[in-house]
Amino acid sequence: MEKILGTDKMIINMGPQHPSTHGVLRLELEVEGETIVNVAPHIGYLHTGIEKEMESKTYHQGIVLTDRLDYLAAFSNNLAYIMAVEKLLNLDIPKRAQYIRVLLVELNRIASHLVWLATHVLDLGGISMFWYAFREREIILDIFETVSGARMTPSYFRIGGVSADLPEGFGRKVKDFIELFKSRINEYEDLITENPIWINRTKGVGVISQKDAVFLGLSGPLLRATGIKWDIRKSNPYCSYEDFDFEISCGENGDVYDRYLARMFEIRQSLRIVEQALDGMPEGSFIADAPQVVLPSKDKVLTTIEGLIRHFLIVSEGFYPPVGEVYHSIESPKGELGFYIVSDGSNKPYRVKIRPPSFVNLQALAGMAKGRLIADLVAIIGSLDIVLGEIDR
Amino acid sequence: MEDINAENLITVIKLRHELPDSIREVNIFRNELTMTVDKKDIKRICTFLRDDDELKYDFLSDLCGLDFPGRHERFCVVYNLYSIMLNHRVRLKVFLKEEESIQSIVSVYPTANWHEREVFDMFGIRFDEHPDLRKILMPEDWEGYPLRKDYPLRGEDGENSRH
Repeated sequence: MEKILGTDKMIINMGPQHPSTHGVLRLELEVEGETIVNVAPHIGYLHTGIEKEMESKTYHQGIVLTDRLDYLAAFSNNLAYIMAVEKLLNLDIPKRAQYIRVLLVELNRIASHLVWLATHVLDLGGISMFWYAFREREIILDIFETVSGARMTPSYFRIGGVSADLPEGFGRKVKDFIELFKSRINEYEDLITENPIWINRTKGVGVISQKDAVFLGLSGPLLRATGIKWDIRKSNPYCSYEDFDFEISCGENGDVYDRYLARMFEIRQSLRIVEQALDGMPEGSFIADAPQVVLPSKDKVLTTIEGLIRHFLIVSEGFYPPVGEVYHSIESPKGELGFYIVSDGSNKPYRVKIRPPSFVNLQALAGMAKGRLIADLVAIIGSLDIVLGEIDR
Repeated sequence: MEDINAENLITVIKLRHELPDSIREVNIFRNELTMTVDKKDIKRICTFLRDDDELKYDFLSDLCGLDFPGRHERFCVVYNLYSIMLNHRVRLKVFLKEEESIQSIVSVYPTANWHEREVFDMFGIRFDEHPDLRKILMPEDWEGYPLRKDYPLRGEDGENSRH
């Protein structure tokens, strides 16, 4: 803490170990009493060099690293990465694999939004919400565990499809969750949506205009809360999203409250998509028939010489995509998650650039918080829904 | 070239009309349009692409650096632009020599601020007129530019470095 001579201004550090900065984010606050004059975010505490690391790994090996970006929505990261690689390879994916992907990614969106809801409300003093949201998230993580064996770092998607077919009893589990959650989400809304304390703390706080939001590169619920209806699932449908019937959220004021409404709306829509994906799940193969790229089944590896050789080659060398560059982005729970991959024709990417939505969204913090109180800053950070894993990479 | 579609063509034709000499190369791969343009015009090009009524590239999705050691023009800065209103994309690439700097586009797209800081941090490419060109991910006293190809994966200390 430092007092600037001759003025009433003070410089205070918030973080990097502060519960309401949601990770190792350090904010250098310039305050006058309780009022914020300026906010300078300092990031990089979690930088692990994932982009550099990817240049030394084969395309298949890169999937594991993407789990560690936005660790609350690992399926989305997997999906964005493998879809970029598939675009590079010009690979067609079987319908069943696409539906499995959509189902899991949407469940993951609900799980990610539940963590946001839990911590956001907790930051503003509503402790009970934290327990409720984490209780339901636990069920989703259990579903992930039955599918991939891992709760947070699934690495379940593969270039060409998914690593294994859905396990027995999966449909039942998801159905049970949908039934349960339909009433639970109403309970959440009963608790918060019209709660006068909540409204006082969030309405008109952290406002950003449409124009500023676009020029600052905001995406996801943050952008939609300002009234711009842009959702990549609708504007550039990938993974068969055109088959599903859902609506995209839209606010009007661009404040913390509208962001809350936008995400709650999205949770309900995701639930609809999960239901449709489960009911309409096509039969067929869960991985593409592309022997150059896709690992052969265990059965083939053990019984045929071609399978064994293929397996050995893909594991030890990987595959060689054509020379070129692609950018592919998906609608992750946080916004536009993009992967820009440059291939020089070798078995490892020449460069992988990740476009993490949280990194871009965090830039808007200073503009939203200036002139407001420190207590409002806590509300604003919560509403940005950042994950430092993907900001720092 | 493959899959030439109308939207891609309009962007190229309009830009060629506005700034005839600045496009060096046009490439379409997997239906993604990439234009290599001259370094000196980058800010004008971005402003034009953003403000033109038929193009409206109002959203800078991403900005990043590339390193090609051994080439005459070693570095490349890549701009991935998108139009929310018209739903189309374009990628701009600018090549520059090792000692050269490039114009910042923060005044055109404020979101470029942190992206350019990251490119500066990771590659050592300098952006002229950037309001606040500091390191962003690496510690302030860090030496070297990690994403350059000649920077070792485990850092300059090699195996001994266990940060």
